[in-house]
Amino acid sequence: MSARWGWLAGFLLLAGSAWASEDNYVAATRGRALAIAGDCIACHTAPGGVPFAGGLPLETPFGTIMTPNLTPDEATGIGRWTVDDFARAMHEGVRPDGRQLYPAFPYPFYTKVARADVEAIYAYLRTLDPVTSRVDRDTMPFPFNIRAAMSGWNSLFFTPGAFKPDPQRSEEYNRGAYLVEGLGHCGACHTPLNALGANKASQPLQANRINDWTAPNLTNDARLGLGSWSVDEVVTYLRTGRNATGQASGPMGEVIAHSTSQMPVADLRAMAIYLKERGTAGSTAPSPLPASDARMRTGEAIFIDTCSACHTSTGAGIANIFPRLAKNPVVQQDDPATLVRVVLAGARAVATAAAPTAPAMPSLGYRLNDEQVAAVLTYVRNSWGNAAEAVSSADVQRVRKVLVSGK
Amino acid sequence: MSRRLPRKAVVIVGLGWTGSIMAYELAKTGLDVVAIERGPWRDTASDFNIGTAADELRYGIRLDLFLRTKQETITARNNMSQTALPIRRWGAFLPGNGVGGAGVHWNGQTWRFLPDDFRIRSHMIERYGEKIMPADNTIQDWPVSYDELESSYDRFEYLAGISGKAGNLRGQIQPGGNPFEGARMREFPTPPLKQGYAQDLFTKAAAEKGLHPFPRPSANISTAYTNPYGCSMAPCTYCGFCERFGCANYSKSTPQTCVLPVLMREPTFEARTECEVTKVNLSADGKRATGVTYVDRNGEEWEQPADLVLLCAYGLFNVRMMLLSGIGKPYDPNRNEGVVGRNYAYQCGGGATGYFEDAKFNPFAAAGSLGAAADDYNSDNFDHGGLGFVGGGSMTCAYTNGRPIAYHPVPPGTPNWGSKWKRAVRDTYQRVANVGVQGSVMSYRGCYLDLDPTYKDPLGRPLMRMTFDYQDNERKMSAWMSERSNEVVKAMGAKQTQMSRLNGPWSVVPYQTTHNTGGAVMGSNPKTSAVNRYLQSWDVPNVFVMGASAFPQNAGYNPTGTVGALTYWALDAIVGQYLKNPGALVQA
Repeated sequence: MSARWGWLAGFLLLAGSAWASEDNYVAATRGRALAIAGDCIACHTAPGGVPFAGGLPLETPFGTIMTPNLTPDEATGIGRWTVDDFARAMHEGVRPDGRQLYPAFPYPFYTKVARADVEAIYAYLRTLDPVTSRVDRDTMPFPFNIRAAMSGWNSLFFTPGAFKPDPQRSEEYNRGAYLVEGLGHCGACHTPLNALGANKASQPLQANRINDWTAPNLTNDARLGLGSWSVDEVVTYLRTGRNATGQASGPMGEVIAHSTSQMPVADLRAMAIYLKERGTAGSTAPSPLPASDARMRTGEAIFIDTCSACHTSTGAGIANIFPRLAKNPVVQQDDPATLVRVVLAGARAVATAAAPTAPAMPSLGYRLNDEQVAAVLTYVRNSWGNAAEAVSSADVQRVRKVLVSGK
Repeated sequence: MSRRLPRKAVVIVGLGWTGSIMAYELAKTGLDVVAIERGPWRDTASDFNIGTAADELRYGIRLDLFLRTKQETITARNNMSQTALPIRRWGAFLPGNGVGGAGVHWNGQTWRFLPDDFRIRSHMIERYGEKIMPADNTIQDWPVSYDELESSYDRFEYLAGISGKAGNLRGQIQPGGNPFEGARMREFPTPPLKQGYAQDLFTKAAAEKGLHPFPRPSANISTAYTNPYGCSMAPCTYCGFCERFGCANYSKSTPQTCVLPVLMREPTFEARTECEVTKVNLSADGKRATGVTYVDRNGEEWEQPADLVLLCAYGLFNVRMMLLSGIGKPYDPNRNEGVVGRNYAYQCGGGATGYFEDAKFNPFAAAGSLGAAADDYNSDNFDHGGLGFVGGGSMTCAYTNGRPIAYHPVPPGTPNWGSKWKRAVRDTYQRVANVGVQGSVMSYRGCYLDLDPTYKDPLGRPLMRMTFDYQDNERKMSAWMSERSNEVVKAMGAKQTQMSRLNGPWSVVPYQTTHNTGGAVMGSNPKTSAVNRYLQSWDVPNVFVMGASAFPQNAGYNPTGTVGALTYWALDAIVGQYLKNPGALVQA
């Protein structure tokens, strides 16, 4: 920079704080990155709709909620919200009119997000083009349509309060904890729910079923969780959608596409360190079924015919293309829902800039009956060092019903 | 009346190998690129499901992936004295249809032409004198040398992850590779496929006869591979469903596996499928393309203006597009003038089939380009003195498939049906090995493409007419090659052998090979070539024409490796020279 312009830059720096409210480019840019970390776009965009304009039907066990419009449209968006209104929604789950939000909006997590970060996200959302998108916000059936009832829920399950770093742990660990427990709201999917739809505080990140996908155990358990992956492998998975073991598809594929693949590697690393250092929990491994078991014999025959061309006869898979099945935690979750769903309906891996090839698992539901699917999955869950409960044909029948009926 | 769309920087006609590479590389520079493809979208995950991809009846027999004659066909005749008739069912060759083009359903044999092939006219005359050149030939040197193309060959091979063994690394002959090949700067990206028992027999027999066998370069790849674009592939499973099929295993190099995953992420790229370009529009003086006109799937006509037009359709259809649009002077064989349609060539077969007594070849464990080859009788790798022909071919012992409907070889003399035929099929299936020849075809004054005077397509445009037959040069070459093949098959231990012959006039009916070349050939002289050394039209410099239509004559190899190399070669000229200063890159 020439000296001629140097004085001007200095002047602008001095003036910067005064201009921030008018032209807060830095805050908005930071807010955009934070909105990506929070994956706001995933829920607040209707299929094929304008980003952040809301209208996605979110299915919960209690009814369907339509997500609101986050663009600054005054009539249908959050154009009239002040930054304090926004912070209150994020931190307390309360709208400007004082009515409760449902915890499908993950304010139990966002309460941990620092006020400065909330303000940055707000600043970013203000930069979006206002979109007129009226969303019916009252689609929940009785009695869940009574929003005031949420204050009871909150008193039972919601602990407001900012994130508190653990001074005994590294800065990276605490950064990771802040992201995982806050904006990342990983537990919303990966922590089991109680009967009232609250994440069980006693079993954090210990796997959960959501829309017939298994959100796997994210503790450091070697069989079920991240214990067999290095920090780098976790980072690679979040950044690219795949690693030496497997590939993301389904809801996690969407999280990777919209969120983690666009996050800074340092943040992904912090999250990986936190997840791997926060401990181990999960069921004990059952003894694997013997190869002589009738289900194993049937399963092996189906596997050789139908699966081995891609996943290979030793379950090793092919790097970057076909997931490894041997010692793959996803394969050994207590709940086989993902496996059943993927065999019946197929799945497609997420494509990312770093790993653009998005291979597909074909749907096999048309030619394998419930017992055959159960047998082949039982075989996969109990071979090559894997150990997990057998899959029953009732498990398969249940998921097939859901897939066929669409609900 | 067509409606005019907003201008694009680049319009690409056809989204196969050449179109997808061009589209990606140009979109990456930030240019707005649209590819217009008359066939459907095709994608491995949605179209080539492992459970249904290996359906021989649907794909191998009913030809699901191929162009329908209703979409486009040609008329054909053997010589100028005949009246050409339309091909009503594709036979001798099968043009592709849809995104990926022929790059979807090819076998995957990926060769580099030999250094001599690029200056075959000069070379043959220097070595043997004018007298060796066949009657009425229009053989001409390429305007580009092997050395100039080497890095472009390399880029295509690394894009596609080709499996093979180098025979000449920077001038050093490598054991196990093809010692006749031009020097390559580095090894193949992936090692050769595993060879079968028949290939082992061939390799041993050929070596004993003093030949130089090696594993054939293959786009059915041997190991997992991620290409420089970041696209990933899986190893071939030797299922033997390659040619005519989409690969469900991500093992065959195709635009789908190697380019589309990154191309479709480019924000400035758009693909319009099921849209047929009807002509390239020219300015009033005919010296500049203004864009293209196309008809969409609803029959509505659109004009797509563009600064640069790339013809990336199948070679034959590039030639027709030029003829229909008035780009370059049509070839007139009577006056031997004009360039568009000139030097159409093909590929000629040959070889010998061996029937063995105790062998068990397992032909079903196959891949489209699995095979052991020898190049001793290709190009001018052998002394042509006294043989009476120019050219040669690669010789290969291969199994591309052992599929149940079409693969049932029987010994000569077997009835065509009934219980004796069935018994022969059962007894012979495991005991047949073939040594086949991929032979060169030279170019001749009377072998060419032009617009048919009678027949038109549903849009009222004249069909293209193909005038072609094998000439004496090719017939002699093929017969001689079949004898050489027969010697090798016998040395492999066959108890009975049968040589293939080019009998009678060339026929459009039985399948032979989809290696149609020429018609818009590249050259240094605008009087004998339609495009310059950068595949740029001499007459309309903002039109470039990709594909095998640029080959001045065909060599003794499959064409795709050279098509890929020419694409990168032209791309470098477009990005490095043309875009900076649009205009003719070579002064006529």
